[in-house]
Amino acid sequence: MKLRLLTLALLWCGASLFAQDYFPENDGVKSKNNNYYAFTNAKIYVTPTQVIQNGTLLIQNGKVVQVGSSVVIPKNAVVENLSGKSIYPSFIDAFSSFGVEKPKRAPGGGRSPQYEATREGFYWNDHIMPENKAVEKFKYDSKKAGELRKAGFGVVNAHIQDAIARGTGVMVALNDDGGDADRILEDASAQYFSFSKSVTKRQSYPTSLMGATALMRQLYYDMDWYAKGNVTTKDRSIEALIENKNLPQIFAAGGNGNVQRADKIGDQFGIQYTILAGGDEYAHVDAIKNTNAKLIVPLNFPKAYDVSDPYAAQYINLKDMRHWNLAPTNPKVLADNGVQFSLTLHNLKSTGDFKTMLMKAIKHGLSKTKALEALTTTPASILGASNKIGSLQSGRHANFLIASGDIFDKSTTLYENWVQGQKNVINDKDQKDIRGDYDLSAGGLTYKMAISGEASKPKIEIKQDTLKHKSKLAYKNDWVNFSFSTDEGKKTCRMTGKVSKNSDNLKGRLILPNGKESSFNAIKTTSFEEKEKKADEAVEKPELVAMTYPNIGYGYATKPQQENMLFKNATVWTGEAVLENTDVFVKNGKISKVGTNLSAGSAKVIDATGKHLTAGVIDEHSHIGALAINEAGHNSSAEVKMTDVVDPLDIDLYRNLAGGVTTIQLLHGSANPIGGRSAILRLKWGEDAEGLIFPNMPKFIKFALGENVKQSNWQSFSRFPQTRMGVEQAFMNYFQMAKEYDAKKKSGQAYRYDEEMETIAEILNGERFISCHSYVQSEINMLMKVAEKFNFKVNTFTHILEGYKVADKMAEHGVGGSTFSDWWAYKYEVNDAIPYNAAIMNSQGVTVAINSDDAEMSRRLNQEAGKTIKYGGMSEIDAWKTVTLNPAKLLHIDDRVGSIEAGKDADLTLWTDHPMSVYAKAEKTIIEGVVYFDLAKDKMQREAIQKERTKLINMMLKEKSGGGKTQAPKQKKKPRFECETL
Amino acid sequence: MKKINFLIALVWSFAGLAQQTPAPEQTEAITITGTTAHIGNGTVIENCSIVFENGKITAIGSSVTAKGKSIDASGKHIYPGFIAPGKSLGLVEVNAVRASNDQDELGDFIPHIRSLIAYNAESKVVESMRPNGVLLAQITPKGGRISGTSSIVQFDAWNWEDAAVKVDDGIHLNWPGTFRRGRWWLGEPRGYQPNKNYQKNIDAVKSFMANSLAYGKASVKEKNQAFAAMQGLFDGSQKLYLYAQGEKEILDGITTAKDAGVKNIVLVGGYHAYKITDFLKQHNIPVLVNFTHTLPNFEDDDYDFTFKLPKLLVDAGLLVGLQNASASNFQTRNLPFYAGQVVAQGLGKEKALQLISGNTAKILGIDADYGTLEVGKSATFFVSDGDALDMRTNQLSHAFINGRAISLETHQTKLWKRYMEKFEGK
Repeated sequence: MKLRLLTLALLWCGASLFAQDYFPENDGVKSKNNNYYAFTNAKIYVTPTQVIQNGTLLIQNGKVVQVGSSVVIPKNAVVENLSGKSIYPSFIDAFSSFGVEKPKRAPGGGRSPQYEATREGFYWNDHIMPENKAVEKFKYDSKKAGELRKAGFGVVNAHIQDAIARGTGVMVALNDDGGDADRILEDASAQYFSFSKSVTKRQSYPTSLMGATALMRQLYYDMDWYAKGNVTTKDRSIEALIENKNLPQIFAAGGNGNVQRADKIGDQFGIQYTILAGGDEYAHVDAIKNTNAKLIVPLNFPKAYDVSDPYAAQYINLKDMRHWNLAPTNPKVLADNGVQFSLTLHNLKSTGDFKTMLMKAIKHGLSKTKALEALTTTPASILGASNKIGSLQSGRHANFLIASGDIFDKSTTLYENWVQGQKNVINDKDQKDIRGDYDLSAGGLTYKMAISGEASKPKIEIKQDTLKHKSKLAYKNDWVNFSFSTDEGKKTCRMTGKVSKNSDNLKGRLILPNGKESSFNAIKTTSFEEKEKKADEAVEKPELVAMTYPNIGYGYATKPQQENMLFKNATVWTGEAVLENTDVFVKNGKISKVGTNLSAGSAKVIDATGKHLTAGVIDEHSHIGALAINEAGHNSSAEVKMTDVVDPLDIDLYRNLAGGVTTIQLLHGSANPIGGRSAILRLKWGEDAEGLIFPNMPKFIKFALGENVKQSNWQSFSRFPQTRMGVEQAFMNYFQMAKEYDAKKKSGQAYRYDEEMETIAEILNGERFISCHSYVQSEINMLMKVAEKFNFKVNTFTHILEGYKVADKMAEHGVGGSTFSDWWAYKYEVNDAIPYNAAIMNSQGVTVAINSDDAEMSRRLNQEAGKTIKYGGMSEIDAWKTVTLNPAKLLHIDDRVGSIEAGKDADLTLWTDHPMSVYAKAEKTIIEGVVYFDLAKDKMQREAIQKERTKLINMMLKEKSGGGKTQAPKQKKKPRFECETL
Repeated sequence: MKKINFLIALVWSFAGLAQQTPAPEQTEAITITGTTAHIGNGTVIENCSIVFENGKITAIGSSVTAKGKSIDASGKHIYPGFIAPGKSLGLVEVNAVRASNDQDELGDFIPHIRSLIAYNAESKVVESMRPNGVLLAQITPKGGRISGTSSIVQFDAWNWEDAAVKVDDGIHLNWPGTFRRGRWWLGEPRGYQPNKNYQKNIDAVKSFMANSLAYGKASVKEKNQAFAAMQGLFDGSQKLYLYAQGEKEILDGITTAKDAGVKNIVLVGGYHAYKITDFLKQHNIPVLVNFTHTLPNFEDDDYDFTFKLPKLLVDAGLLVGLQNASASNFQTRNLPFYAGQVVAQGLGKEKALQLISGNTAKILGIDADYGTLEVGKSATFFVSDGDALDMRTNQLSHAFINGRAISLETHQTKLWKRYMEKFEGK
């Protein structure tokens, strides 16, 4: 029985397929349809820029044969006269999941993380699956295909939207009539990547954006090593990666700077990805342009927030309100800046939203030619398939749209969507468009009748003077049936009539409420197109708010500029001394002179009488301005870089400036014995991620000891090390491996490039410095001894809360201590943490800094320095050094910042009071002669924010009252990081 | 198991070793002379002498006669002992060590849970408050909707009975929020989204209060501990500490509690209280406002919003104290600096001092004995070399609780001295 059913099914399938030459035929005689279709008198968009008025499109066997204004029509052609109608190539989505089942999340695997891969014969990381082929999962979905065709799409490129290396896509024509043999245009159409792990796998690494970035880099190094024949075992992932090398490479990056992040990976390995964007590219279009990448851009413009409850409205950040206002300009801004992009349905809740969103983009200035390119030629070229799809040149698949007019016009009707020469009717093109205004005469009275909406599904409104009657309309197969009710629905007039091909007026049978029959007559007064046109002209241009640097509240309208300044009569804390009534001259971003009675020349004079001028505060241990902090997937993550995840939009950067801070070390977290590479940032508010990075930044890496790396305070029992004894051996192991790696490298032998080993070898070679999270004396001592065994010095112990117990040993080793002023009691290993720690270490000759590890404390580091006077009696000069010159020394940037000396960079803070007093406020914070924070400016910013919020709130209220869709208020907030944030 | 026992033993031994021995009762009159006295009610007396006997202040002023033992405090400053509301000091020793954590009991409506009996008078964390001038606290259970009942203690005691200043002074209610954090581990976005259960949460509070009130009106045989514990709110013997931040939450919370028959309400938090100061005044609601060393809640807020919030409320004429209920207990020694921070925003130093002394005592209902330097009140104060609200100059030479000269040594000062000796001695 089963067998018979199967046979039947096969037979049925066979019959529905296009006959293929070499397939046997048992249900009839072999026959072929070699006829042509000719579409004449149409406006034909062969490409977005090649348009033929009154042209002919000739197709045969699913392909375009010829297109032009003087095509000779063969005799065996079925001719369709499309006079007044337009033909467009159908749309292409290069980023689709059509027909590919969404991968299912792997069931929870216990509380302990899984560190090892589960596969054999593949790459060591489960999230690298270049061997995946969407075609193997592909199952044609005719319901979804219908929705896509209705939106104008003819071809989509689908892939398995899961994992970091995702494998190849499948290019599918949305052809219901054919089989997979016809509709699958490419079975390995492009190779896809992303920053997100597979939901089907539970391997822990990578847990972070920087980890995913590092993994991608290592993958390419490993591919190279493998390709050169250095690996004796078989790795099917890498082999697939090699095989897919020459396909188009598409990276699903998303917004928030990820386009640049993906491009940077490609740049390093000579790959130009096409990149899936996030929709916020308008805010940093110069950086986007510099990537030279083609983009795939979503149309996921946010809905207005429902701000009708003023309490709830408080939760919405200006940044998000602004994004609501500006997101629809994204395609236009990209187009204006010469960025090539295609549009995608990706991230749209429903395919049905596509036209609305597209129209919104056009209303916000996207040209129709660019829109058409973004839906046809550009995706075709992204997929390397311009010779097959995307235009109507001869030889291309006959994938095209027949529309009543301009496809990007609201009132236009899409009639047909042909895919591979197969007709799909969306709306009956032969049905007359009856939309317009009429004068209706019925039962001796006259009414105003307006028919509007979609041509295929029109709506009706009937009015008697200004009184609106409840009315209904049905229109099908050339017949209209309509009715209206009066007297609160008690009386209904019904009408029916056949639409005439020759007249625009409607007439026919009228049934009066009393059942009597009569006739009606409706004379058309205005056609719908004219009305729409007028309405369109009347539509006001969208009102847009201005962007700022950075594009959030407290961003500046223009980037602040370097100024030459003379501070007069300040109390100057040079670093080694406090000078009363002293002048400091700032020129070209440098401190040029410190003295008395300096003359200003053309420089701006700042009266600093009664105020204190110091070097800007430096925080040795910070986690602000980052999108991620810990790569917790391995016990060593030396391969990751904090510079990969810098977030220039973090408001805490500004708040730090308001606390007089100018430079921070953005450290990796403390989840692993060996963490990631640091970023040293200057808080240049308004610059992008690159612009924040300290020039010629000394190389640092975070190490960690104790409870966090042992995973003592959360449920994880499977990762080595679980004890301090294990921590030592982990270090011994990694340093020994790096030593051997480095020796092999230096010997000139072939070696597998390993970013992790490269980084650790830099430490051994004295090129990279360790800042090590540490608490108790045993482990502090241990790391110094490990370092000494490998002939290098630990640069900094950070936190170092029991540093005071081994201050003599630290001084002897030559390591600095960067500590909290007074934190303790939060976990077991800080039992003996004492606020006198800084003073004791200082007394023994250790270079001591006070750090924050906390976004709140970092903006008051000046006060934290003051606590070293209370606890242990440090001198004022020494106390102040703990947040300026000493951290500069620990970071090896003291030749440039950290004190006030002629020749150093003008990184300065002007305080209203003694800089370590709780009563002091930072009045100006300056980096390289640029004022990035100014109390007076801050006051203006507050007012501007209130004004702009009010403006946007009113705009959103208007959108809601105009019937626009809204979303509930939300406050987007990234987590505030500290060391232990996973 | 062995491991855990060992750990407990270790914590225990450390804690036991470190605690300072409580000072003996005051036996003779003491006079502190030549000092600048910051009274705690907004006034200062220069060149002041203060006489105390049997634990009470008997004279204070610039022309009082010295009596008994004399302490010269010329050039120094004297302050009333600072008071920390809403803390779980002595209920938690080490945050990350679960065995040492006794602040949060199971259950949502548990007013019968009493902090006092779990208060560890020998906590190392408690002891570390004293060298900064923080000498009293309201010990408060945490978590749930109604967390339990607090008591007020002083920081130099052999046991919790010795420590108690006011037993079972108040009940702590965490008012629900109109917004809640996204449960990101369930795939929701981080950040805040509307709390769809807000009204339901309020109804639960209303129902609990109504039942408690009804329960108290009849004498029942079967006791309901939770309802019974609420009665002090209705007869006015206990205060309701209402934790709420947003304008709507504050209005809903106060209205609900008033309607339910609660006599004394203290608002704790009050991030947006500055917008409804008239309402608060009208209902005579004092505020224990959030401490200043926190970040603003909203991205677009003024960077110094948390610094100036106490001033906004003081300027509006409200009775305001400072609390750091949401911070780790060890941070509470920074209480004076939280107050100092407001001075930079334009609040007078003496007014800032009131936020952690006189005002707090009034709000907590212990102002008959504590909070200000006035005749008849407890001799609970300290002498600082300089301005106690500024980090650099908060340097204590003497501190007294109920007239007893307490030690200013701690586990931390001992370690400091031990290691300085080690290094200096070699």
